[in-house]
Amino acid sequence: MKVNIKAKIIKKEKLKDDIYKFEVQAKEIVNSAQAGQFIEIRVLDNIQPLLRRPISIYNINKERGTLEFIFQVKGKGTNILAKREIGEELDIIGPLGYGTFEVKDYEKVAIIGGGIGIFPLYELSKELKNNTTTKINMYLGFRNKEYVLLEEEFKNVSDKLIITTDDGTYKIKGFAIDELKKDIEKEKIDKIFACGPLPMLKAVQDLAKEKNIQCEISLEEKMACGLGVCLGCAVKTASSSKEAPQYWHVCKAGPVFNANDVEI
Amino acid sequence: MNTSVNLAGINMKNPVTVASGTFGYGREFAEFIDLNKIGGICTKGTSLKPRSGNKPPRVYETPAGMLNSIGLQNPGVEYFMENDLPFLKKFDTKIIVNACGSSIDEYVELAKVLNTLDIDGVELNLSCPNVKAGCMAFGTTYEGVKEVTSKVRKVLDKPLIVKLTPNVTNIVDPAKGAEDAGADGVSLINTLLGMSIDIHKRRPHLANNMGGLSGPAIKPVAVRMVYQVAQNVKIPILGLGGIVSGEDAIEFILAGATAISVGTGNFIAPDTCIKVVNGIEEYMKKYNIEDINNIIGTVQMN
Ligand SMILES: Cc1cc2nc3c(=O)[nH]c(=O)nc-3n(C[C@H](O)[C@H](O)[C@H](O)COP(=O)(O)O)c2cc1C
Repeated sequence: MKVNIKAKIIKKEKLKDDIYKFEVQAKEIVNSAQAGQFIEIRVLDNIQPLLRRPISIYNINKERGTLEFIFQVKGKGTNILAKREIGEELDIIGPLGYGTFEVKDYEKVAIIGGGIGIFPLYELSKELKNNTTTKINMYLGFRNKEYVLLEEEFKNVSDKLIITTDDGTYKIKGFAIDELKKDIEKEKIDKIFACGPLPMLKAVQDLAKEKNIQCEISLEEKMACGLGVCLGCAVKTASSSKEAPQYWHVCKAGPVFNANDVEI
Repeated sequence: MNTSVNLAGINMKNPVTVASGTFGYGREFAEFIDLNKIGGICTKGTSLKPRSGNKPPRVYETPAGMLNSIGLQNPGVEYFMENDLPFLKKFDTKIIVNACGSSIDEYVELAKVLNTLDIDGVELNLSCPNVKAGCMAFGTTYEGVKEVTSKVRKVLDKPLIVKLTPNVTNIVDPAKGAEDAGADGVSLINTLLGMSIDIHKRRPHLANNMGGLSGPAIKPVAVRMVYQVAQNVKIPILGLGGIVSGEDAIEFILAGATAISVGTGNFIAPDTCIKVVNGIEEYMKKYNIEDINNIIGTVQMN
C-alpha cells in the first residue's frame, strides 16, 4: 500500500562528489515495497522546488524497517536533497510503480546496468540470490574507475560480476552490453533485466528480441505526481503505430516493463 | 460555522474541489485521503471517444510551477460511466465532469451523454492549450464561448460551469459569453501558455514545445482574473490557479470565488486539499466568520 510518511534519515554517505546514499526509517513503505519500485521525495517543505523527485529504491531492509536510495546530484532538487542531514525527516511517498521486476526461480539470468541505473538492480539481485535458486550473471558499465561504486555489494548478490569502464581505467574496456553479447553465445540465459541509459536499454531490447530471451527493462520519464493521475510520464506502447500512438505511464504500468511492450 | 456553498446549483459541504487533470477520477487519492471531506471533484478532462494524448516529455518543472502538455489523454466517457462513476458514487462529494471536445458537435454529443448520468454538474473545458482542435480555439472570444455554451445548454439540464482560459486580452469577454449563453457558473483559470528551453540542446523541454503553466507561480494572475470576472458577471465563480493552502483559497474567495479548486497542489502532497479545507476553517475561526458565504467577493480595493 502506498503511504506518505515523514522518514527520518539515519545514514548518509557521499559515495562520490555527486552521488549520495541515504538510509531512512520507512517501516510503512518497506513492508510492501518490491524490487523495481521507486519513491517520491519532497526535498523541502516548500513550493520551490515544486515537484517531488522520483528516486529508485536501492535496498529494502525488511528487518531494520529501513530503505536505502542512491541519487546523483543533477539539478536544484537533488542539490537540496544532498544537503539534508542525518536526524532530519524526509517527506516520502511510496512504494510507487506497479510494474516491478519478476523475482522467481530461473535457470540463469543476466542483470545489466549502466551509470546511475545500476542501483535499482541491487534489490532485484539480492532477492534473486536470497529467495530463489537462480544463477546470476551481472554486467555493470561505468564511465571510468572513479565511478565504479559498490563493487563488493554487487559481488555479494551475484554469481558472476563483470565490470566494464568506457575508458578502460578499470577492468574491461568497453560497454557492458558487449560482454553480455559474448556470454549469450556461450551460456544459456533465460531472462535479462536492465536499467540504465537509453542507448544501452535499446541495445538490450534489440539483443533480447534477436535471441528471443525474456527481458524486463526499467524506464524513466519526466514525472509530476508519481501516482498515475497527471499522465505526464508517458512511454509509447510497442503495438501502436506512429500515426496513432498509444501510451503507458512509467509510474503506473512501469517503471519496469516487459521489453517487448514499449518503444523507447 | 457554515462552510457549505451553492456553486451554480451544486450544493457542496465546503468550497473545496480538486481541479481537472490533477486528481484523475479520484481513485489514486482515495488511498491517501478521505474523499468525503472535500466539496467536489472535477474529473480529468473527458471526451466522447478515448484520446491518447501528446508525445513525451509532457511535464517540466519551472519556478514555483510546472508546464504540462498532456493533451487530454483520457479513456473516453463510456469507460468513465462503466468504471469510474460507480467508484465515485460511493463517496459523499459532488461529481463534476470536465468535458472536452474537438468540435461543437462533439461537445453537444458528449453533453447529451453526460445529461443521462448520475453526476452533479458539468465543467465545459473551453480552455485546454494543449490540443490542436477545439477547446481553447472556442474559448478565447465572447462569440466562441457563447456559441458552444448555448448549444450545450440546449441539451444539458444539469448545472453547467464553463472553464475559461487566461490566454486572452480581456477575461471578462469569454466570461460574459458563458453567462449570456445560460451557463450556471464559470471556472477560472486554466493554464497559461508557456515555454521553457533546454539551453544545452537548444530545444524546448516539452516535446510539444509549448505547454500550460500551473502552480503557485500563476496565482496572482488567477486572483486578478477572478476579481475582474466577479465585478462583471453575476453567475458564481469556481476559482483556481496555484492554490496550495487555506490562505490561498481565502484570497480567491475574497476576490469573488464561491468555490475553489486545488490543482497542481495535489502533486505536492496527496492531502493538500484536506489542508486547504482545514485552513479555511481556521481562518473563519480566527476572524469570527459564521458563514463562508459572508466573505465571498468582499475584498476592499485600495
Ligand atoms: C497535469 C495537468 C493536467 C490538466 N488537465 C486538465 C484537464 O484535463 N482539463 C482541464 O480543464 N484542466 C486541466 N488542467 C488545468 C487545471 O485543472 C487547472 O486549471 C490549472 O492547472 C491551474 O490550477 P493549479 O495551478 O492549481 O494547477 C490540467 C493541469 C495539469 C497541471
